[in-house]
Amino acid sequence: MTAPLAPSPMRGIVYSWAQVREAPGGFEAQAPYQLALVKLDDGNLICAQLTDYVGEAQIGDPVEMVTRKLTTDGERGMIVYGYKFRPLIQ
Amino acid sequence: MTGVSIIGVGMLAVGEHWSRSIGELAEEAGRLALDDAGLASVDAIVVGNGYGATLNQQTQLGSLIAGRLGLTGVEAWRCEAGDASGGVALRAGCLAIASGMLRTVLVVGVEKTTDIAGAARLAARNTSLDADYETVNGATQTALAALLMRRYMHENRLDLADFAGFSINAHRNGARNPLAMYRNRLRPSAFVKAPMLADPISLFDSAPDADGAAAVVLATAEAARHANARAAHIRGSGLASDSLMLQDRADPLHLVAASLSAERALRQAGLQRAQINLLELHDSCTIMTALALEALGYSGRGQGWAWARQDGARIELTGQLPVSAFGGLKSRGNPSGATGIYQAVEAALQLREQAGDNQVPGAQHALIQNIGGLGSAVVTHILSAAD
Repeated sequence: MTAPLAPSPMRGIVYSWAQVREAPGGFEAQAPYQLALVKLDDGNLICAQLTDYVGEAQIGDPVEMVTRKLTTDGERGMIVYGYKFRPLIQ
Repeated sequence: MTGVSIIGVGMLAVGEHWSRSIGELAEEAGRLALDDAGLASVDAIVVGNGYGATLNQQTQLGSLIAGRLGLTGVEAWRCEAGDASGGVALRAGCLAIASGMLRTVLVVGVEKTTDIAGAARLAARNTSLDADYETVNGATQTALAALLMRRYMHENRLDLADFAGFSINAHRNGARNPLAMYRNRLRPSAFVKAPMLADPISLFDSAPDADGAAAVVLATAEAARHANARAAHIRGSGLASDSLMLQDRADPLHLVAASLSAERALRQAGLQRAQINLLELHDSCTIMTALALEALGYSGRGQGWAWARQDGARIELTGQLPVSAFGGLKSRGNPSGATGIYQAVEAALQLREQAGDNQVPGAQHALIQNIGGLGSAVVTHILSAAD
């Protein structure tokens, strides 16, 4: 039996983060950027970039998921959208 | 089970081999190992290579290398598990000999990473990560290791300087290895000031991508008694997998596959951890060494870093538990898919007492561990000196 899919929580805290300076193809223009493992409110971890930060993140920062452009793909520059996390506005 | 021995070894200098093809590198290492074993041919060739398809536009390495060695016709194939490709190829060779189906196997690890630099190389190396959930978000292997390191520093209240001893030890040993890529010694003050690749991981914390090839000839332990080189026995072999993605792991700071593969290899060898005289770990970054020492049971959780204390005095060549005797990935260099075979060659030389300036005095049992991704594929072998 497969458990029914539950909607993923949109909020969590920063479990860890890294400042990526040597970026792979497709991400060079964004470097440096902050990559994180976010611990969602249901306890699951998710790998995503942090965004809208002023200064450095801290482990334990509350964050929320937002939709952002991740990169562009192919010669025509098709935009790849995905999720990032920004500081939670309280 | 039929016992397996290494009866011949060969390895090339690790570095930037821009003037030579992947086939040339593999051929030369293969010839060195065959000559060392005193053999003209083998029953099979197994190749460890991680990134030939993306970095060199070359697959079918088994047939390529067999042809270059003048051995067209023999069974030959490639194993891939990212940076653990070499270790996996070694295990495949062991399985083939132990099964009794083959009597001699040449295992070649080869990688050529430096023809392509920068973002393009990182993109190719990223094929070891999860494409849909890690790579798409701009992750790299170093960035993911940096996530582990920052979390580890946070939980255990550590500073960058607490990890310096791992790199200092690697370079201290690599400085004595004529085949090492970076033979400079490393000062503690330089470690903490090094330019960052993915904070908190710096240039002096992370192993350099490199070109290289290394090879071993495997035979049954019975045949090894008649071989011309002093054999090293492969007493144990273990391979384990873990979630490809860090985010799927219950505890990212526990390298489960490193534990499992080592347990399996030690059990097969009938040895205890305390009987091991020498470790070759997958020190792609210092955090991986700290976590591996914990996964292997040499330290409790959060304590692996302590082996780096006092510039790594306890892990130096004459220390309590020598690690990275030829410089490890950090100083010898990381020719990814070849790394696991470099570890095997280096351990075999130690057990033959032919390690020169890098000799660990009286080494009888060596544990070598090769890691793909951030611990998603881990291969551990136990090698012992001839009786």
